[in-house]
Amino acid sequence: MSVPILQLDNVSYTYEEARRPALDGVSLTLQAGDFVAVLGHNGSGKSTLAKCLNAILRPTAGRVLVDGMDTADPSRLLDIRRTVGMVFQNPDNQIVASVVEDDVAFAPENLGVEPREIRVRVDEALRQVGMYEFRLHAPHLLSGGQKQRIAIAGVLAMRPRCIVLDEPTAMLDPVGRREVLSAVRQLRRSSGMTVVLITHHMEECIYADRLIVMSEGRIAMDGSPRAVFSQVEALRALGLTAPETVSLLHSLRAEGWDLPLDALRVEDCAEAIAAYLRRPRGTDTDLE
Amino acid sequence: MLKDITLGQYFPGDTLIHRLDPRTKLIWLVGYITALFLATNVWGYVLMLAVLVLEAALGHIRPKTLLSGLKPLIFIVIFTAVINLFYGSGEALWEWWIFRITADGIRRAVFMASRIMLLICGSFLLTYTTSPLQLTDGLERLLGPLKKLRVPVSELAMMMSIALRFIPTLIEETDKIMSAQKARGASFDTGKLTERARALVPLLIPLFVSAFRRADELATAMECRCYHTGGARTRMKQLVFARRDVVALLVLAVLVAVAIVLRHVGV
Repeated sequence: MSVPILQLDNVSYTYEEARRPALDGVSLTLQAGDFVAVLGHNGSGKSTLAKCLNAILRPTAGRVLVDGMDTADPSRLLDIRRTVGMVFQNPDNQIVASVVEDDVAFAPENLGVEPREIRVRVDEALRQVGMYEFRLHAPHLLSGGQKQRIAIAGVLAMRPRCIVLDEPTAMLDPVGRREVLSAVRQLRRSSGMTVVLITHHMEECIYADRLIVMSEGRIAMDGSPRAVFSQVEALRALGLTAPETVSLLHSLRAEGWDLPLDALRVEDCAEAIAAYLRRPRGTDTDLE
Repeated sequence: MLKDITLGQYFPGDTLIHRLDPRTKLIWLVGYITALFLATNVWGYVLMLAVLVLEAALGHIRPKTLLSGLKPLIFIVIFTAVINLFYGSGEALWEWWIFRITADGIRRAVFMASRIMLLICGSFLLTYTTSPLQLTDGLERLLGPLKKLRVPVSELAMMMSIALRFIPTLIEETDKIMSAQKARGASFDTGKLTERARALVPLLIPLFVSAFRRADELATAMECRCYHTGGARTRMKQLVFARRDVVALLVLAVLVAVAIVLRHVGV
């Protein structure tokens, strides 16, 4: 098996002046091409986890390996950061330049890439997030979703192998959220890049291959979104509610309907309920 | 209310002036100011005014736009004119107490006022026709040799472009905070001067707090995008020194030469 893109061995991180560690012995392995969602409440350690993934924070115990490189090794810092790109919550505070394309060019310029090659990368990154037509616009005149897509393009221009999105939709309206999420999914389909999506919206996790639930600095649950969301009681114990689709299925089951709990998308959920209602008569008698 | 700041505004366009290399334009401004200070008589000033008008015409900048830039600075112009008015030597035309106006004083006042106005308009022409980014870029290249003296030229240029980038963001934020405070009954444009100054405190504190938070997040985001000092950065957009730039600089040389000659012609 190839070297995992991200490997965390028993990673802990305690902020200065904090009593409790924000991350408490997290071990995790991500293979190249994975699409992982990390779910958790505020203070569950999910943002700290994100910051450990490209050496913004160095773990106080344990180690993080990015494509085999230890984040504690300062000489590999640039290589680590160009391998794992990071997108943050507030798009306004990530954009450095006054023109969209100049902003996207920022990272490759820092890396000393040839001017002509930068041009190629910038155009490609902007097309990947569907913002090419806006390349000459001023970022502050764009919508939140558009700005966040610019921020994603700014990271893509580094040609990273993995992209970590730390609550990229938290400050956006529903339209912006949809724009950003569909850009992320599109990106994943077209390039097969490793994606780590950190969020507290259940619905955003549905499309991931793997869902990690964080609580109090530890990994509380880890599995496919279907498997995790089916454990409605366990989620409730962590103070999280399952997506509306699963909640509906769960309460119908409590009523005695024989439904699967893993129909996460609205279409699948409707399908499951319809299938139940259409089931051959006689197998079940409690239908009104 | 905060939207009408024209200082440092850029009017995008595709004229000859817009296409000139920012370095050329910066050198031009320095040369123009030098020539302006060489001017000592009517012909000198007429020449400088003609050059300014020509530049504005070539850059498609309307005279009204150019003059509106003067508005916030009109006080300085009048102040300088008045001071100079009383500093003339020669026969007094009018005298009262310690004030004494002479023909020479009037001449000086008019010249000084014109000089300042031309200087301001000339500088504004530069910012009107050059995007802030190009301007920073040009400054960075022009000051490049100072890197050898350990002057952090690239870092300063980066600071400048970030400052420019965040001006609209912070203005928007100020507007938002003002609205929030107004909703709580604050008033920013009534009352005595001291009251107004005091009303600014609940505006400035949240603005500063937010600016620091933004700075912190921006720094992290920049680090994530591999920003580091001391490394060799490249630029996507290369500045190209074209033939028109050579011509422009030759014209500038002629202008300065003519200004020197005019200095020695009477009137």
